[in-house]
Amino acid sequence: MTPTRKRRLIGVLVIIVGVSIAAIVAMQALNENMLFFVSPTDVEEQALPAGKRFRLGGLVADGTVSRASDSLAVTFVVTDGAYSVDVRFDGILPDLFREGQGIIAIGELRPGGHFEADEVLAKHDENYMPPEVADALEKAGHVESEL
Amino acid sequence: MTVELGQISLLAALLTAFVLGLVPMIGTYTGNRRFMAVSTTAALIQCLLIIISFGILTSAFVIQDFSVEYVARNSNSLLPMHYRYSAVWSAHEGSLLLWELILAVWIAAVALFSKRLPEVFRARVLAVLGWISVGFLLFILLTSNPFGRLIPSAVEGLDLNPLLQDFGLIIHPPLLYMGYVGFSVAFAFAVAALLGGEVSRDWVRWSRPWTLVAWAFLTIGIALGSWWAYYELGWGGYWFWDPVENASFMPWLVGTALIHSQAVTEKRGAFGNWTLLLALSAFSLSLLGTFLVRSGVLTSVHAFASDPTRGVFILVYLAVVVGGSLTLYAARAPKMIQGGGFAGTSRESFLLLNNLVFAVMAAMVLTGTLYPLLIDALGAGKISVGPPYFGLLFTWLLVPLVLAVPFGIYSRWQQDSGSRLAGMLRWPFLLSLLVGGGVWFMQPELGFVSAAGVTGGAWVILGSLFYVAQLLKRKNSLRIPASVLAMTLAHAGLGVFLIGLSMVSTLSSEKHLRMEAGDKYQMADYTFEFLGTSIVQGPNYSADQGEFIIYKGDREITRLYPQKRQYAQRGNTMTEAAIDPGFTRDLYVSLGEPLDQNGRAWAVRVYHKPFIRWIWLGAIMIMSGGFLAAANKRYRRKMPAKDAVQTETKEVTV
Repeated sequence: MTPTRKRRLIGVLVIIVGVSIAAIVAMQALNENMLFFVSPTDVEEQALPAGKRFRLGGLVADGTVSRASDSLAVTFVVTDGAYSVDVRFDGILPDLFREGQGIIAIGELRPGGHFEADEVLAKHDENYMPPEVADALEKAGHVESEL
Repeated sequence: MTVELGQISLLAALLTAFVLGLVPMIGTYTGNRRFMAVSTTAALIQCLLIIISFGILTSAFVIQDFSVEYVARNSNSLLPMHYRYSAVWSAHEGSLLLWELILAVWIAAVALFSKRLPEVFRARVLAVLGWISVGFLLFILLTSNPFGRLIPSAVEGLDLNPLLQDFGLIIHPPLLYMGYVGFSVAFAFAVAALLGGEVSRDWVRWSRPWTLVAWAFLTIGIALGSWWAYYELGWGGYWFWDPVENASFMPWLVGTALIHSQAVTEKRGAFGNWTLLLALSAFSLSLLGTFLVRSGVLTSVHAFASDPTRGVFILVYLAVVVGGSLTLYAARAPKMIQGGGFAGTSRESFLLLNNLVFAVMAAMVLTGTLYPLLIDALGAGKISVGPPYFGLLFTWLLVPLVLAVPFGIYSRWQQDSGSRLAGMLRWPFLLSLLVGGGVWFMQPELGFVSAAGVTGGAWVILGSLFYVAQLLKRKNSLRIPASVLAMTLAHAGLGVFLIGLSMVSTLSSEKHLRMEAGDKYQMADYTFEFLGTSIVQGPNYSADQGEFIIYKGDREITRLYPQKRQYAQRGNTMTEAAIDPGFTRDLYVSLGEPLDQNGRAWAVRVYHKPFIRWIWLGAIMIMSGGFLAAANKRYRRKMPAKDAVQTETKEVTV
């Protein structure tokens, strides 16, 4: 092997090792920060482990939003037409949050069976439905004319 | 009737774009000079036609012509005049027309300001830009016509989305698009160089000012978007790693790599093929961004209701542009510029590191953005990738990048010695450690990572300033070359940005509270007193306006008036935060929702954000550096190959 070839070989090896390490670290970070989207039907049908974070999406059921009198705590029910999940949240709800609106709540299931959200998202545009929510509603057979 | 003229004008622009793409290109192969000269005329006519078309759509907004569907959906008779102008680009169709307008302006600028380029090369560049314009005009005319009529005409418009009724939105999209679309010029130069099999590296010098200007616009466009999100979304965040933000950030990352690699290729001839590849990638990523935003495949705060045919069209367009340019690259690149060699310690090596880091960053953002689509396509569920993924990777990737910046500035081309660099950088290094350590000592809650960030910021700033000082001393004159000034400004901007980012990410205080009139809350050195709310009327909304007194100790320093607005037409609610900005801290108050029937108790967000302004100040400095570098006189000189060598020895820097 000539010195030039040897140098090139070392260069190529260094690059391969570097890229592999970077790829492993990146995949690791990706997997740790991946949040699955889950509909109330999924919650009902799959045994989701308590304490695993995910994104819960659906419509806020009418007449279910109730607020504590001395704090920011709020509870409501998220439904996809077929099943529903109780959600608790301690914080400020977004402007476009209201009953009947499609929302996404990020958080985890608690042993009692309710979903503890640490973030609630509703979208910029009142005509807009998060695509996952629209999809989940469709699957659950809930027909939305405004989609 | 006039609205139809707008559409006819767009059709005429499409024909002109065909002529621009076809005739000069034929001219370059047949050597017909008259054919090549068509490029200037066609570029200017196209620009004029699109300005007319855009002007007609704007006038439909100004005179409130609700028989035009796009106007009826995005305007309202109560909309204040200045928002009627920006409403033009507030939704899909109009923002595409803005995209095309800016493309036409860039093409006209190339036609006007590149008269010094060799005839054939110039004709090729303009023809390539012509084809890009053809694709975009077809896209608008076939899938997203803004001039469609509404029959019967609407009596009243739906109103502009209240979030977009804001100064930030008037200027954010045009500046962002100036950057996005501006990379098409660098792309066209690269394709023209590949088509012509350019062996000399002159074309790199010609394309540098265009790339720098586009990059500077993109920098400020992204920064404005971040600033807008900060004050308008009402929850105090400035960057969310939202897919649409990523879509604009990827071309920026690649563009940053590109302006550095162009420097190497222009000066030393090295990285020639890599520069070509980056130029092709930067614009391809801009197009990918357009696809991601416009097709609605991504979950994003920016996602508008979307139409799948649009997605398919852009995807095909993207495939043609990316596939075509990469095929050309594969065929031609091996015969292109062959670079000069360089040693392990040299400016080339440090710039190589810069390029490596920026390319990896772009790849990481791309992965995080597209991974959910891949998983969805495989039917493995719907996922999203959280901000911690990006935060973690960027924190690590910034370490080598920031460490290397001063070395890159100080080192010589081709060969340098480590001990020389170490000797020269001793003081900036020790001083920056002192700064970082000192700040950490005064603000212990800063933590190690942020203290390292402050140190890194100081290292970049001090390294840049010491370089200028040393240059002045050596030359014994007060004249700093424009290129050095530009570089110093941009790098110091990076340092300022890093310091701001580090401080705000750990020293911020945020609190969500239930407050009744008369309640007080203490945060940092400040006391926030809530006096209650009152009703105020705006032109097209009514609002509950809160009043807060902010005390520092016992002294009143300011009053803040956040609003909760109800826009009558769309019936939606908007939060208008109130901010007391400052060089070293922002105080931020926004109203959540009323918590009881009589409106005495409100959910309130109270934020204290130290040094947040530094983030945007840094971006402004980086942008200014870009513009200053582009304005460098040597790009405006006609430069045969011989002169170039002489200039090289005179110019000390990138």
